[in-house]
Amino acid sequence: MDWLALDLLPPLLKGLKITLLLTLYSIILALCFSFLAGIGRLSHSRILRSIVAAYVEIFRGTSLLVQLFWIYFALPMLLDIRLSAMTAAVLALGLNYGAYGSEVVRSSILAVPKGQVEASIALNMTPYQRMRRIILPQAWAMMLPGFGNLQIELLKGTSLVYLITLMDVTYQGITLRSFDISRTPAIFAWILILYFVTAYALTLLIRFAERKAAAGRG
Amino acid sequence: MWDWQYARSILPKLLEVIPTTLAATFAGFIIACLLGLPLALAKRSRMKWISIPVTAVTEFIRSTPLLIQLFVLVFVLPQSFGITLSPFLAGIIGLGIHYSTYLSEVYRSGIDAIPRGQWEASIALNFSKARTWTRIMLPQSIPPTIPVMGNYLIVMFKETPTLSAITVVELLMTAKVVGSASFKYVEAFTLVGVIFFILSYPSALLVRALERRMKRSERRGLAR
Amino acid sequence: MSQIIQRMDENEPIVRYRNITKSFGDHIVLKELDLDILPGEKIALIGPSGSGKTTIARLLMTLEEPTSGTIEVGGEMLWHMQRKGNWVAANEKHLHRVRSKIGMVFQHFNLFPHMTILRNVTEALVHVLKMPKSEANQRALEILERVGLKEHTQHYPAQLSGGQKQRVAIARALVMQPQIMLFDEVTSALDPELVGEVLDVIKGIASEGDMAMILITHEMDFARDVADRILFTDGGLIVEQGTPKDIFENPESPRLQSFLSRFLKGQSELQADTRIAAGTE
Repeated sequence: MDWLALDLLPPLLKGLKITLLLTLYSIILALCFSFLAGIGRLSHSRILRSIVAAYVEIFRGTSLLVQLFWIYFALPMLLDIRLSAMTAAVLALGLNYGAYGSEVVRSSILAVPKGQVEASIALNMTPYQRMRRIILPQAWAMMLPGFGNLQIELLKGTSLVYLITLMDVTYQGITLRSFDISRTPAIFAWILILYFVTAYALTLLIRFAERKAAAGRG
Repeated sequence: MWDWQYARSILPKLLEVIPTTLAATFAGFIIACLLGLPLALAKRSRMKWISIPVTAVTEFIRSTPLLIQLFVLVFVLPQSFGITLSPFLAGIIGLGIHYSTYLSEVYRSGIDAIPRGQWEASIALNFSKARTWTRIMLPQSIPPTIPVMGNYLIVMFKETPTLSAITVVELLMTAKVVGSASFKYVEAFTLVGVIFFILSYPSALLVRALERRMKRSERRGLAR
Repeated sequence: MSQIIQRMDENEPIVRYRNITKSFGDHIVLKELDLDILPGEKIALIGPSGSGKTTIARLLMTLEEPTSGTIEVGGEMLWHMQRKGNWVAANEKHLHRVRSKIGMVFQHFNLFPHMTILRNVTEALVHVLKMPKSEANQRALEILERVGLKEHTQHYPAQLSGGQKQRVAIARALVMQPQIMLFDEVTSALDPELVGEVLDVIKGIASEGDMAMILITHEMDFARDVADRILFTDGGLIVEQGTPKDIFENPESPRLQSFLSRFLKGQSELQADTRIAAGTE
């Protein structure tokens, strides 16, 4: 059983725990930004619209890794604060994928038929009720495939945090390698498998959510 | 906090590596384009022993990080297969292979969008299979995918900083070296961000304009 | 004082359009429209498509804002409100208040696909009128029974036929007890054999209610049966109006004459089919 190199797993799984936590926190933050920016971009207020557009374009127009480095190395100098690697990583991933996610939110909201809004106006719902009860529940079902792709991209993006010395699965792998270079192939094989399994689990999760969102609508 | 003079002094060093960054982008893109097409055809193949393994491998590459794949190219290849690549070469090959799995999906959607009638007409005219593909199918399926391809070119450009992890001297790597020399990261990393934005944003606008034009002509086509 | 007297007067209009113009860019859809609607009055709007009839309803439902002119509902301005003695454009709060008197049924039903039939009907009762859930369910069930859909309360819109969907939409608007109900070509999107069931429901409502109704329709027989007054619109103007008898038996303007002759010719065959299929004759 030596060729399975199972002894590599405990340290790698320790790293995977960080990767998973980071993924979870970042997805939550990215979802918040997606909805805030996606809805903000459809606001009547011109100022709000341009602020949101600037955020989205800047984060989509530059690299995730550059953003990560900027937040981890430059931002603390600029504001004279201390940021842990974890905080910086969650911020960078959340802001970056939030910008991409906002486009998913925006286009899904716009894809809800106009008649739905009109019907909710005719029933005298307030703008908040229209959004909360009529538009978002329908848009949500349309957002899921887009969110599914983005969360896989986000998971892959978490590997970059190794470069700011956060001890994720990649970092653990590189450390293991420094102990025994001869085991490099086995280490990377395990890392790839762990990422793949995680990505697959995330895909199943989204499929479950898609099925739930479509329930009963035939 | 922001030192203009310092920023100006490091700018030339950063501008110097733009060609390397662009070269890596385009070289990677060409590999991705060339590799993506056979992958798309293999995935669509009716022969299961081709389509299933190819689909599995592309899915695997797509769901695992580019960074790890780059490490495999520079650490595992020499050790297990005795192949040693320069960091730049490993970088463009890694970038190219990773994104070929995305582009194969783009090709596939382009091919699937062609009406069945085109196949049937080619059979009726007794074209060979090769001729049908090169003269009928591909010329029709590729143009509509151009905006999406353009998008991936920009995505790959923004992915080049990852190559710094395998010591390719591109923009981010240079900024890090420059920044660590003086402990002034703000200017260096901000400039890198600005350079990326200046190069990618206009391209993104161009791609969006192209996309809109394609959609319009598509609608006209439907109206007819 | 005068406002109170106005409201109590039976013959005081519940809706007044004054000098209403609506244009989309260069295209004028309504030109200086004046129109009064009395409480409980049933008005049918007929005319070629693009003549502005739908816009008349959409302006009242606040789905479209007039380019100029005023609309009063129950003695109150709809699109304007007073602030420090000046008339300004109405805000959402003002619209919300005045809009509560109006309901609408749409050509394409616009049911909420993610809600059951019952929730389609109760949603606004619970969240707009803040009615307790049990009471809302009670009211909704009564009204769904009235439109013949009691057995479908737990179904989703996608599981119903077009005619059933439209009856749900009518129930959904009706349950809010508006003083004015707008029906915007409610049978135009239906298969011919499903038109009868929807028209019958509307006729039932019209016969019992003191609710004012605006019916935009291409069903001439229906307009004749239900309406107190028929308005013929063409080119953004009300070209002619009168009782059904006036309009159908003595059309004055050449435009109405040609519209009716064109329409009735094509329609008579179609409607005969419809009635047989729907079993109403």
